[in-house]
Amino acid sequence: MLLLRSPAVRVGLSVAVATGLYGLSFGALSVAAGLDVAQTMALSLLLFSGGSQFAFIGVIAGGGSGISAMSAAALLGIRNGVYGMQVNVLLRPSRWWKLIVAHLTIDESVATATGQSDPDEQRRGFWAAGLGVFALWNLFTLGGALAGNAIGDPARWGLDGAAVAAFLGLLWPRVQAKEPAGIAVACAVVTLITVPFVPSGIPILIAALVAAVLGLSGVGPSGEGLEPDVEPYSPGAGGGAP
Amino acid sequence: MNLWGWILLACLISIATKFVGFLVPAKLLDNPRMLRVAGSLTIGLLAALTATNAFASGQSLVIDARVAALLAAAVALWLKAPFLVVVLVGALAAGLARLLGAA
Repeated sequence: MLLLRSPAVRVGLSVAVATGLYGLSFGALSVAAGLDVAQTMALSLLLFSGGSQFAFIGVIAGGGSGISAMSAAALLGIRNGVYGMQVNVLLRPSRWWKLIVAHLTIDESVATATGQSDPDEQRRGFWAAGLGVFALWNLFTLGGALAGNAIGDPARWGLDGAAVAAFLGLLWPRVQAKEPAGIAVACAVVTLITVPFVPSGIPILIAALVAAVLGLSGVGPSGEGLEPDVEPYSPGAGGGAP
Repeated sequence: MNLWGWILLACLISIATKFVGFLVPAKLLDNPRMLRVAGSLTIGLLAALTATNAFASGQSLVIDARVAALLAAAVALWLKAPFLVVVLVGALAAGLARLLGAA
């Protein structure tokens, strides 16, 4: 009860509910992409990073190979390494805790923790959002996967449209300024131009290469695109660094 | 390697990536070039995934009901709808477009 009086815990838990709920869409889209329930759950339990999970099934759904799906997921997960450095400084976990803290290092827990200024609150926010999202994300992934299995043909239910909307929803908060929007448009155009010429899944990796080159050559301010999927401290508002 | 193999490898890489962040000195955070690459990669990949899921069908580009989903989702996001609502709007738009005869 005492814990619930902590503002960070309350924010963390509300983030967990909102994020957990969209686990439903991940579960349903994953089985629609052709993964079975166990494979879907492996991604939510072990990979545990929404954007990368959607990337993996998005490539598979488009007929891409396993290696392209894995590569897209791995590249999209690089930002988690950056978050890891931030969390390491904030929480200073001891050697063995690092493994658990690292697994819970995702957009939501980092955003909740970095939004607080008191170190104790940062700690509480991280754990509330991290553990809360882990529990609900997996629970709702399972629900979505079972429901998706039950309804059958994805196109009939507009699930392919849901996938398009999900990716746009993940992209949207990161492209509120001109430079990141330019990167997004350039990469989308490169993707579409290359689709007819290379196997499925490869256009996404070519776009990643273009994005990396644009980033290296200094287009856009540093840290742009590293905004978390969620903005815990002003719901619905796009952008805003943690 | 079969799909299970790639799934488990993707999981392993994800866990390793997160963990590496805890091992490298925080000074690396001050490197603006690395941050910029990580950020632009995220944007580029999500944009590419949006584009292929909206317009690609195997190796050909098509305009079908998914365009309706893309436009409807954009409107929902512009109206600051929460993520789950955006996804539902996308599904609904694609479903409706098909009902009205779109491919």
